[in-house]
Amino acid sequence: MKLNVANREAYAYTGGKNFDPKLPTIAFIHGGEQDHSAWGLQSRYLAHHGYGVLAVDLPGHGRSDGPALTQVEDMADWIVALLDTASVKSAALVGHSMGSLAALDCAARYPNRVNRLALLGTAFPMRVSTELLDATEKNEPAAHDMVNIWSHAAYAHYPSAPGPGFWVPGTNLRVMQRQKPGVMHTDFVACNNYKTGLERAAQIRCPTLLLLGSRDSMTPARAAQDLAKTISGATVITINGSGHNLMAEKPDDVLDTLVAFLRTENKR
Amino acid sequence: MAAPRNLQLDTLSLHAGQRPDPVTGARATPIYFTTSFVFRDSDHAAALFNMERAGHVYSRISNPTNAVLEERIAALEGGVGAIATASGQAALHLAIATIAGAGSHIVASRALYGGSHNLLSYTLTRFGIETTFVNPRDLDAWRKAIRPNTKLLFGETLGNPGLDVLDIASVAAIAHDAKLPLLVDSTFTTPYLLKPFDHGADLLFHSATKFLGGHGVAIGGVLVDGGTFDWEASGKFPELTEPYGGFHGMDFQEESTVAAFLLRARREGLRDFGACMSPATAFQLLQGVETLGLRMQRHVENTRKIVEFLGKQTAVESIGYPELPSHPDYALATKLLPHGCGAVFSFNLKGDRAAGRRFIEALNIFSHLANVGDAKSLVIHPASTTHFRMSDEALAQASIGPGTIRLSIGLEDPADLMEDLARGLSAAQKG
Repeated sequence: MKLNVANREAYAYTGGKNFDPKLPTIAFIHGGEQDHSAWGLQSRYLAHHGYGVLAVDLPGHGRSDGPALTQVEDMADWIVALLDTASVKSAALVGHSMGSLAALDCAARYPNRVNRLALLGTAFPMRVSTELLDATEKNEPAAHDMVNIWSHAAYAHYPSAPGPGFWVPGTNLRVMQRQKPGVMHTDFVACNNYKTGLERAAQIRCPTLLLLGSRDSMTPARAAQDLAKTISGATVITINGSGHNLMAEKPDDVLDTLVAFLRTENKR
Repeated sequence: MAAPRNLQLDTLSLHAGQRPDPVTGARATPIYFTTSFVFRDSDHAAALFNMERAGHVYSRISNPTNAVLEERIAALEGGVGAIATASGQAALHLAIATIAGAGSHIVASRALYGGSHNLLSYTLTRFGIETTFVNPRDLDAWRKAIRPNTKLLFGETLGNPGLDVLDIASVAAIAHDAKLPLLVDSTFTTPYLLKPFDHGADLLFHSATKFLGGHGVAIGGVLVDGGTFDWEASGKFPELTEPYGGFHGMDFQEESTVAAFLLRARREGLRDFGACMSPATAFQLLQGVETLGLRMQRHVENTRKIVEFLGKQTAVESIGYPELPSHPDYALATKLLPHGCGAVFSFNLKGDRAAGRRFIEALNIFSHLANVGDAKSLVIHPASTTHFRMSDEALAQASIGPGTIRLSIGLEDPADLMEDLARGLSAAQKG
């Protein structure tokens, strides 16, 4: 679905169904150098199970016009603008990696617009090594290789994503290569520069899930501990054997965990 | 943190796509001999059918043993995924049928395996798909043959029978200028010798019957998607970028930025045409793939020795191998195929068709049959077998002489092979 957000054309995958703002809405926010297809095996199921799904392409990514946003706070503002355009009063936000920081910031600063928060492959601070940051600026192919290798814990995935016969690291690499030059550096600088994560975490009032990979080399599970301690009542679930690309490495585990989380009663 | 390394071919050949079975601990890939797979409940069933979840439903569409082979070949080629098919021909057909239909046009190299030529030249024309054949070395001819209804450019990495080396980067550039994908048949080179996606090809397939299996016991094919072609930006492929009535109105490009082609190929072509691979075949092919690097290295080493040996024989008129300066693609092969030009080549005997027959019949180790890429050395004399109905003039047009012999060099001791060939050459000259 194409929308006009902040005077630019934006795209959101709606899970193979027409988006209905009257349904409970879930907005999926992808990570750096990614697009909506990161959520293929979660968004399509939920769209066919009673939810309105907006799996966005952030500005400058995938099919959304650029430029890429330079700060996590801008991404949070953009999510709210997207919800406005889509006539959504309140949504569950599901974010991965950089997208988890955007979702966190959005939920903290716009508590009336976010009713649930799921942070996947998250960490705070989300530091990016100097070597990787330099590569995103000067040698994108090398940066793609680093991120792709660090994002996967296995060389065999059952049942694979988006389905049997797909080579998950190969698919992930091509999605990154499909993004416009410069977007990766902008994204990774935004992650590295985000400083107010714990302050925002303390402000969170909605049910929150942290979904982590036990073998995540990009955002190791231990790097999410401060967030988990700071977000009141946060649930932490670690998927055994998964790397950073949880949605493709363990698609059913991620989906089943999200489904259970979305069904829990919101007592707040 | 130290810069990470990608796993190399010999490691991927053994590990990509498979890990010890989580239930039994089996280290080798189990053969999942089952037509179908039990659903956990009705919601799980509906989700699998609607691609909301990934998994196996029916072995015509996917099977866990086949998936290991598919993911392994995709990893070796640097693609996003693959589909195992009943044969190499089925892989070629699946590639074409996924993005072309009645009224479509293909531009293909004229230096193709005979089966591929038949499919394009005769069979697909009955279904409204036309092909223009071009000299693969003539880049202008590729460009000029493209029409508004062209859907695909297609060639072999090493052409048949003259081992024409496809200038993949240049032909891909021509294809991409016209917003079209390039498909290559990579059977003769395998990812050990050449990775076409690194040079700009968008789709490739193998007759896995040949070097990927290597043992000559199983017929199969693999179609691999590089995930590089932007179907949306091209605007020429509504099959992938508009809702498909045959699968819940799915817009495949919307579902996956880089996997649209393979999603449709599996959900339509494999489902409807049904040219799937048996899991037993997938298992057999996997046994071959595990040693691909070792075997290809030996294939090439032996081939180089045989080429050198034949070059010294007075009974041999000429040898067509791209590593020889006399081959028209010598310079391109040096650049594109530094690890070797494969293990299949032709040479011309001095003499007539009868000399060719005497040569073949005197051989003891080389097997006289219509296949290539076996661990065992193979030989065929086209003028008395595959092309026996053709006149000498017609043979010449196909770059085949009355004394042309095609060899597929195997893994035997090279000295034994040379001795066998010497026996044949001697017999050929006694006519």
